[in-house]
Amino acid sequence: MDAVLSIRDLAVEFQTDTGLTHALVDVGFDVPRGQVTAIVGESGSGKSVTANCIMRLIQPPGRIVGGTIEFAPERVPPFEIVGLANKDPRLLELHGGLISMVFQEPMTALSPVYTVGNQVAEAILCHRKVSRREAWRESAEMLERVGLDDIERRMRQYPFEFSGGMRQRVVIAMALVCHPEVLICDEPTTALDVTIQAEILTLIKNLQAELGNSVIFITHDLGVVAQIADQVVVMYQGRVLEIGTVRQVLKDPAHPYTRGLLAAIPGLAPKGEPLATIASVVGGQDIETPHPLRRLADGRQVSLPASAESGP
Amino acid sequence: MNGSNGNGALLQVEGLSKFFDGLPAVRDVSFELRRSETLGIVGESGSGKTTLARCILRAIDPDAGIVRFQSADGWVELQELSAKELIPLRREMQMIFQDPFASLNPRMTVREILEEPLIIHRAGNREERLAAVLDMLDHVQLEHDSLTRYPHAFSGGQRQRIGIARALILRPNLVVCDESVSALDVSVQAQIINLLEDLQRELGLTYLFVAHDLSVVQHICDRVLVMHRGRVVESGPVDELFAHPREDYTRLLLSAIPSPDPDVPLQPLDRRTLGL
Repeated sequence: MDAVLSIRDLAVEFQTDTGLTHALVDVGFDVPRGQVTAIVGESGSGKSVTANCIMRLIQPPGRIVGGTIEFAPERVPPFEIVGLANKDPRLLELHGGLISMVFQEPMTALSPVYTVGNQVAEAILCHRKVSRREAWRESAEMLERVGLDDIERRMRQYPFEFSGGMRQRVVIAMALVCHPEVLICDEPTTALDVTIQAEILTLIKNLQAELGNSVIFITHDLGVVAQIADQVVVMYQGRVLEIGTVRQVLKDPAHPYTRGLLAAIPGLAPKGEPLATIASVVGGQDIETPHPLRRLADGRQVSLPASAESGP
Repeated sequence: MNGSNGNGALLQVEGLSKFFDGLPAVRDVSFELRRSETLGIVGESGSGKTTLARCILRAIDPDAGIVRFQSADGWVELQELSAKELIPLRREMQMIFQDPFASLNPRMTVREILEEPLIIHRAGNREERLAAVLDMLDHVQLEHDSLTRYPHAFSGGQRQRIGIARALILRPNLVVCDESVSALDVSVQAQIINLLEDLQRELGLTYLFVAHDLSVVQHICDRVLVMHRGRVVESGPVDELFAHPREDYTRLLLSAIPSPDPDVPLQPLDRRTLGL
């Protein structure tokens, strides 16, 4: 498999008042080039921390204590991200140039005091030596691509003049305007209405198909995963429990925790009966003890002891 | 509809409207809520569902319409009452909020949080209040040693249990759940939904369940109102309405739900072609 990112043995700790928290423990997976990889898990599972490691955005009291992230872009020679010095020029190129990020809250990702056109053009001017006019022109093109109408007028407006869905389109335009090889979307639709979510998911999917970039999509919503992902990584308490294709993981989950996550979705349970919870599905099975990922015959990887064979 | 003999009705709303700066937020909404049922209110943000719920509880004052509520002393029209006259009725109608982090005072212990409604309504002496608090902790499945702890010591799901206990400690009939499970992880959400359903059976509660997540609504609600731009565009039994939506707006909402089955592709309807 041609991986654009190879994450190995990644470990992150946070120094807190109550002691050391292991936010990531031996996290490892590949991000296949030109595909959508979804990272799913509940709050505290480490999915956002993993994304922040790729962007080297881990700030004290957190720190990366081990592991490697090999990055193999097509435009520049491959390099390793964890070991980059803070002043390494490749780090600047990484941020927004080679890898860019779309966050959950579009209002906090945009500055309220600059026009939308200014902010998208700034992303270009940060990374490339082009004139302001050229940056403005390319910004207009990208904003049109993400579905804005009346572009010239809209570019001179401020974020507060946009609806939530339109703001998220602007953020996506900003993220894509430098043609990153990897786009990381961290719960980009969680704050949106279901109708707007559907529009944004369709947009991200279509743009990915057009531009051929790789996408890491972080979400807790398995419905969203089913619709957008090629590959799925299931995380729990800072560990990877299961990696497989979207059909493998959602239609035939190998790990009891993944089965619990699926069973807890309200729409799937018969009416009048209590919803399954993770605890009720997992039952007496131990999901707390870490096990190294094992590759099964069908290619997927699962963190279960060799004795416990997969399948419900 | 005569207010004095609503058949099993707990709440009757007629022609309710609310304007903000002249802009309509809720327009001419009428419905009836029966005892022990769960009525869902769904719609996008800005559709007026929270404003409707707040008008019913008189958290804000409606501009027009009638809200009849069957209190312990018979039917009352809530919109007519003064703030002072509303106080005794507050025991009978309570709200569970969305954000378990924002809705609990961080400087109060669980005991103080749960005891406060009883003190405000002068219910019982010190021992009786403590007994009621402990009883309510049992109902929401929290340990008794939670009493002396502060909200920060609890997880999101546990905090939501505290919020539920605070709403129920006065033994209300009507409970408005405003996006009460929306901020929770799916597994915690499942636990809280199960708890709300258990409590409804144990305590005979009537829920007005405001939510944007249609799969949650489908699971927990008996009937549902669909709101769009302040109006109720469609209402009916939840299974029937979800299986056979009559209105374009309802079809738009339902078509936007991503299925957890990768072989059921997302094919959202287009708002513009529907003319919405």
